[in-house]
Amino acid sequence: MFTVIGERINTTLKKVKAAVADRDVDYIQNDVKQQTAAGATFIDVNAGARIGHEEADMRWLLEVVQGATDLPLCLDSPDPAILEMAYGLVERKPMVNSISLEKDRFESMIKYLEGKECSIIALCMDDSGMPKSAGDIIARAHSLVGELEKIGFKRDDIYLDPLVQPMGVDIINGNMAMDAVRTIMTELEGVHTTGGLSNISFGLPQRRIVNRVFMAMMIASGFDSAIMDPLDKDLMALTLTADMLAGNDDYCMNFIRATRSGAIVS
Amino acid sequence: MSDLQTITETLITGDAVKLEELVKKAIDAGISANDILQIGLIGGMDIVGSRMESGEMFIPEVLMSGRAMGISVEILKPLLTGGQASSAGKVIIGTVKGDLHDIGKNLVVMMIESVGFDVVDLGVDVEPEIFVDAIKEHQPNLVGISALLTTTMPMMQKTIEAIKESGLKDSLKIIVGGAPVNQAFADEIGADAYAADAGSASKMAKELCVR
Repeated sequence: MFTVIGERINTTLKKVKAAVADRDVDYIQNDVKQQTAAGATFIDVNAGARIGHEEADMRWLLEVVQGATDLPLCLDSPDPAILEMAYGLVERKPMVNSISLEKDRFESMIKYLEGKECSIIALCMDDSGMPKSAGDIIARAHSLVGELEKIGFKRDDIYLDPLVQPMGVDIINGNMAMDAVRTIMTELEGVHTTGGLSNISFGLPQRRIVNRVFMAMMIASGFDSAIMDPLDKDLMALTLTADMLAGNDDYCMNFIRATRSGAIVS
Repeated sequence: MSDLQTITETLITGDAVKLEELVKKAIDAGISANDILQIGLIGGMDIVGSRMESGEMFIPEVLMSGRAMGISVEILKPLLTGGQASSAGKVIIGTVKGDLHDIGKNLVVMMIESVGFDVVDLGVDVEPEIFVDAIKEHQPNLVGISALLTTTMPMMQKTIEAIKESGLKDSLKIIVGGAPVNQAFADEIGADAYAADAGSASKMAKELCVR
């Protein structure tokens, strides 16, 4: 089943940042409850945008968010110290966002991950910069899986992010992501793929339709998870429908259930 | 419509083939290469920049116009007079240390070059010391600093501080940009300007470098 990582609790979002600054429990809990009801699988928590306040903000958010949902969390921070503190405060096995092959990040994150019970988002990024071909992405994916398996991670706990880049800058970027996902899901059987897809439409008009169609095309290529807004009803309906069409929904049951609940209306 | 106006309008459509023809025609008709460049082409890119800023034109269209301009500029280059004096100024630009993002920065480079600046692009993951060394070497009018991650925004501050410490800050203007950056942050770290996109960056560059 498609894994929805609810992206809304992120201090880079103006309203969330304000709610965190004001310690507005109701705002955050309301949002988390809505994300949960809308079908999120994980709730991503990112407290990084208030520079100098990340630790206190993350501590507060972890308590408030877990008070409003039974869903596992996705701990989103580039700082292993923050992630260490956060790991100690979660009530369920979390996802960790993220590791990459960039030297600064990789070493400290591998150390952090050793001995931890969690799933991990692994960015197909290294020090040579953004990937320029599907081959780049696939090679980096192999490296990441190799390194994570070395420290005992199972493929079912690995979520590879192919790093979607904008179509407006180069028209190969859509196919680059789709080809990479297709190959990763075959060559590295058992892993998952994930990421935020909205980069695809950066610089183009009518971004919403571009994002939606790309989601369907990525799912057709094997993409099985996304960092997205569960409250975007159209996008959730599309995701569920595409996932069913890709053959991932036994007896089309999730789809049928969603049409009965009103989650899918077309 | 004058030949130069037609050139401007064609540049905006991004038709590289037609633009090249028109530029050659204008040269044959005796219009000065400098006028073709400054009024016809750079004038056109100024409009492209404004339309990008207002959301009327989108990245692929801006890239097409930039490409068309580049092809025509190659034809004009041997005919241009004035050398350095005809340049709008010199700009150094880079993405800060720890950050490998460059799409926005590259668009800014293209736009700023298109409106007549000489640009030295330091690339990505650029240490503050490298910015300082480049400033010493090239003596630019303007330094552009880019960051896309909230985690590398503090590095923008460190870069500006390094420029201050080297004593070079008063001889130039600093412009910052990148998705998580905003005017408030730019003010906080002592930048002279903030640009939200390549279009406004090129306009601002001209305003900051009034000779």
